Amino acid sequence: MANVIDDETIEYVAILAKLELTDEERAQAGKDMGRMLDYIDKLAELDTDGVEPMSHIFPVQNVFREDEVKNSDIREQLLANAPQQKEGMFVVPRTF
Amino acid sequence: MSLLKMTAAELAAAIKEGRTTAVEAVQETLAQIEEKERLYHAYVTVDKEKALAQAAAVQEKIEKGELTGPLAGVPVAIKDNLCTEGMLTTCSSRILADFIPSYSAEAVLNLQKAGAVIVGKTNMDEFAMGSTTETSAFGVTRNPWNPEHVPGGSSGGSAAAVAAGECFYALGSDTGGSIRQPASFCGVVGMKPTYGTVSRCGLIAYASSLDQIGPLAKDVTDCALILEAVTSHDHKDSTSIERKDTDFAAALREDVKGMKIGIPKDYFKEGLDVEVGEAVLNAARVLEEKGAVVEYFDLSLVDYAVPAYYTIAAAEASSNLERFDGIKYGYRSAGSKGLHDMYKKSRSEGFGEEVRRRIMLGAFVLSSGYYDAYYLKALKVKALIKKAFDEAFEKYDMILSPAAPTMAPKLGESLADPIKMYLGDIYTIAVNLAGLPAISLPCGYCRAGLPVGMQLIGDCFQEKKLIRAAYTYEKAAGTLSARGLFPADRITSVTGKEER
Repeated sequence: MANVIDDETIEYVAILAKLELTDEERAQAGKDMGRMLDYIDKLAELDTDGVEPMSHIFPVQNVFREDEVKNSDIREQLLANAPQQKEGMFVVPRTF
Repeated sequence: MSLLKMTAAELAAAIKEGRTTAVEAVQETLAQIEEKERLYHAYVTVDKEKALAQAAAVQEKIEKGELTGPLAGVPVAIKDNLCTEGMLTTCSSRILADFIPSYSAEAVLNLQKAGAVIVGKTNMDEFAMGSTTETSAFGVTRNPWNPEHVPGGSSGGSAAAVAAGECFYALGSDTGGSIRQPASFCGVVGMKPTYGTVSRCGLIAYASSLDQIGPLAKDVTDCALILEAVTSHDHKDSTSIERKDTDFAAALREDVKGMKIGIPKDYFKEGLDVEVGEAVLNAARVLEEKGAVVEYFDLSLVDYAVPAYYTIAAAEASSNLERFDGIKYGYRSAGSKGLHDMYKKSRSEGFGEEVRRRIMLGAFVLSSGYYDAYYLKALKVKALIKKAFDEAFEKYDMILSPAAPTMAPKLGESLADPIKMYLGDIYTIAVNLAGLPAISLPCGYCRAGLPVGMQLIGDCFQEKKLIRAAYTYEKAAGTLSARGLFPADRITSVTGKEER
């Protein structure tokens, strides 16, 4: 079954992914995703009733440790990577 | 003999014995880089001054007897998705073009403790998403065996740098074959250990449940030594495993007597290049002559690994790459209107096409209404694939396969058809889904002048068996260079005089 990804779906996905697409990119993205989903649909051939989804290979438990400060003060180094900073803070565009 | 033709272990021994120094080794490496980089472009960043300073410091420690390990003083290249304190780390992406980490990855720190001298950061597919190193935002890397061809990917820069003598070994990362496939394309040895063996702390995440760091090296001995050096149990990575059997170099023995090796019949059908198939079967015969028992068997679900992988990897990528928001680090678009607009513009301008494609696919398969049909389904298929391997390892010590269905393709041939490119990962990808260790090593050389690689896959924690079998094969068949085979553009000494 061929998957048809309409503009609305791509627009929704772009919102989730926080991406801005031009009309041309949106059309291409729809085509690419449709083709990829056609391919992924192959998984539907397999009967997976009663199979537990496996997120990790090994049984993983929460790993606990004491809440001790081990890192030193690297504020300047961290801020140095920020596109914009002011008085020890990250600057962002207006939020309203 | 030019230093550059030595393996890492040979070089470290020569330094230890005073026949050369860490400084000479790094000088010769930098000269080689200077000469070869214009053509191959294996590196994103080369830091000459830091490399020379490190080499001098390491040499002093070696002379004082403070550094005695088997890799002390050896120049190494690091894939550009591993953080290096104070050294540019870009993931070959525009969005991280100016990022300077405040800390080093645990694997990098472990190498430095072993006396490694870091010469630079290698080119890769952007965020490790690709199989050719062509999705890098900073230009393609060329295959040293034939510069018209790709080096493979995503650790293509690391593989090419080792093959071209621009470093003695390199670190890469492997999410679906990103160490093993470029290793096979560039005629070097690459290994992905069992998931959790090497700490992922400081590895910029692509698909966290699949990512593992591993070595790219000139031979199996180096590969075992490097793996031993980078392995550690790290509290900063909650999936890191505490292992006792990490003396991998102890497995460097010529002994495969009675070892049971299975070859999946399904791996030798349509899509496999004839020369690749022949080379791998020749390798099977070599192992058989050495006493291994080789059999064909049915490994089921082979055709389902690639679609399951791309669903899971895209889902994890879409979540992991949300951190790139133009605030704390990375690229920020100029002239955006408000916070939300800034997020969207920065990400759209900062990420390349393949990365955007995978983020969108991931966001889709995780979205309400599709989560069960795609993401959960893929996780169930992953469980079935793991079970198929479990059954295989009840009968066999390891599985032998090609590393990739073809030799390195020509530049520009792969990106036009993503699904075709994804299918090139068919032999490597299931290994990541099942968390298994696997090693890729050269097993032939095709008529077009490109190397062919084979892959040995082991059960979880069975790296030593793989190293033993790979070492036995390498001793019997000889490395490519021992057989007189070198990259097209042979290693030349600093004086420019060709050596063989």
